Amino acid sequence: MLEVRGLSKRFGGLQAVCDLSLSMAEGEVLGLIGPNGAGKTTAFNLISGFLVPDSGEIKFRGRSVVGLRPHQICHLGLTRTFQLVRPFPHLSVLENVKVGALARTASVREAAGKARHVLEEVGLLAKVEVHAGELTLAERKRLELARALATEPVLLLLDEVMAGLTATETERIVELIRAINRRGVAILLIEHVMRAVMSLSGRIIVLNYGERIAEGPPAVIANDARVIEAYLGEEYVGATQG
Amino acid sequence: MRWAALGALAVLLVLPNFLGSYLLTVFIFIFFYAYLGQAWNLLGGYGGQISLGHAAFVGIGGYTSTYLAMTYKLSPWIGMFVGGAAAACLGAVIGYLGFRFGLRGFYFILLTVAFAEICRLVVSHVEALGGALGLFITFSGDPWQFQFSDNRYYYYIALGLMLAAMGIVALVERSRMGAYLAAIREDEDASEALGVNAFGTKLAAIVLSAFLTGVGGTFYANYLFSLQPNTAFGIPLSVEIILRPIVGGSGTLMGPILGSFILSPLAEVSRAYFAKGGLSGVHLIVYGSLLIAVVLFFPRGAYPYLRGLVRGRRGGA
Repeated sequence: MLEVRGLSKRFGGLQAVCDLSLSMAEGEVLGLIGPNGAGKTTAFNLISGFLVPDSGEIKFRGRSVVGLRPHQICHLGLTRTFQLVRPFPHLSVLENVKVGALARTASVREAAGKARHVLEEVGLLAKVEVHAGELTLAERKRLELARALATEPVLLLLDEVMAGLTATETERIVELIRAINRRGVAILLIEHVMRAVMSLSGRIIVLNYGERIAEGPPAVIANDARVIEAYLGEEYVGATQG
Repeated sequence: MRWAALGALAVLLVLPNFLGSYLLTVFIFIFFYAYLGQAWNLLGGYGGQISLGHAAFVGIGGYTSTYLAMTYKLSPWIGMFVGGAAAACLGAVIGYLGFRFGLRGFYFILLTVAFAEICRLVVSHVEALGGALGLFITFSGDPWQFQFSDNRYYYYIALGLMLAAMGIVALVERSRMGAYLAAIREDEDASEALGVNAFGTKLAAIVLSAFLTGVGGTFYANYLFSLQPNTAFGIPLSVEIILRPIVGGSGTLMGPILGSFILSPLAEVSRAYFAKGGLSGVHLIVYGSLLIAVVLFFPRGAYPYLRGLVRGRRGGA
């Protein structure tokens, strides 16, 4: 459903993404990992239309999306979340999610009903009237997820939705992502929480300095020498084997 | 709540029978500036796109209908919509340039000021529009020419304008456009990620806001019987328009109205009071000090503050 070929983006002297190719099948969960500055978020920004690539092709469900605006890409069924969550702070939780739901209906009432439904799914129904700015970090992460879900994506780009969460909170988000995926939504996941990526992803791509250095199932990636050197470190190998 | 609104409306409808001509004038200004403030509120308050050049739309609207009335005898009742359309076109140009090239915050504000100044300078140099002296409307008392010998008619027209703008903005507030404008004001990039066409939504908002403001230009011209480029396009008028929603509470339906009920009488009374003592101009100092106080004590505006008080009391009881 997603086909990326030879994607490159340069910021001044920095080659943020270099000749990146990847493809995703319907319903798949693909993990994107790598050290800070490896170009993961830039890749997200390119795919979701927030940045225009210097070169390369991005096809979503057979259609080129290069040059489309983010809102157009969202309407095609590809929605992203932001690494630093960006709730609408002075709007209520319900109003936040309603904005996403309005992508599929012009009726505000229908959108509100849909928003409640999604909020129930992510476990925020008790907070509908609260201003988003007053939520805890874990709640804001779930709100970010709920807003994206309300747009009814077929491909969801999740940028570090677990960063800064406690182990219990992470566990709940992992369960939530699994449930979303079970409904047939494909997920492209940037994540530093290795336990989560390894358990969620069917396949993982590793980026370093904007380039893909490895690709494969979690078990293979965890033991890849280049990946361990560039990112995971010897300690991680010890941790999984011990 | 509904009964309170109906009661207030009933009072406003019978009020002219009990008012002297001076107080009638004060109320006309209250309604008219509430109307202009509401039009600005749509773009600036709900959408967060601050225009400091809204006087340009008043000027374009007023000059268009007045020129058409003087030259082609077109009734200002029709001309007011032609003027609104002309203002909407200017709004579309400003919006296209500003939003297509991603001007945000201060840069958008500067763009709106620049356009208003360009309009002022151009009109000052067009002979057919009276140049720097402006246009003067001779009084005929013909209602079809938007002229009335009894000020009460202006009172009801201004009240009607205020209520119409309130109705339109209320509809927008409850629609998808209203939800999208609020999302854009809060975080434009996040809204785009959720499928909001920020460019199109902001453009629609500035066109509608400019249209309403332009319609107001006809009232402005015919109530004052004259138009001068320096006042009709000037920054002072733009500031007057923006102050009411900000003081009352921008991005709320009642904000511009409450703000106008606070500021318009204040401006009028302090002007009259100090002019009598030979201190004309001092009223601006008083006006300014009060503004600073309001902004310091009610940073989100008077209406959200009052609403908070009412809710707090109910919650506490």
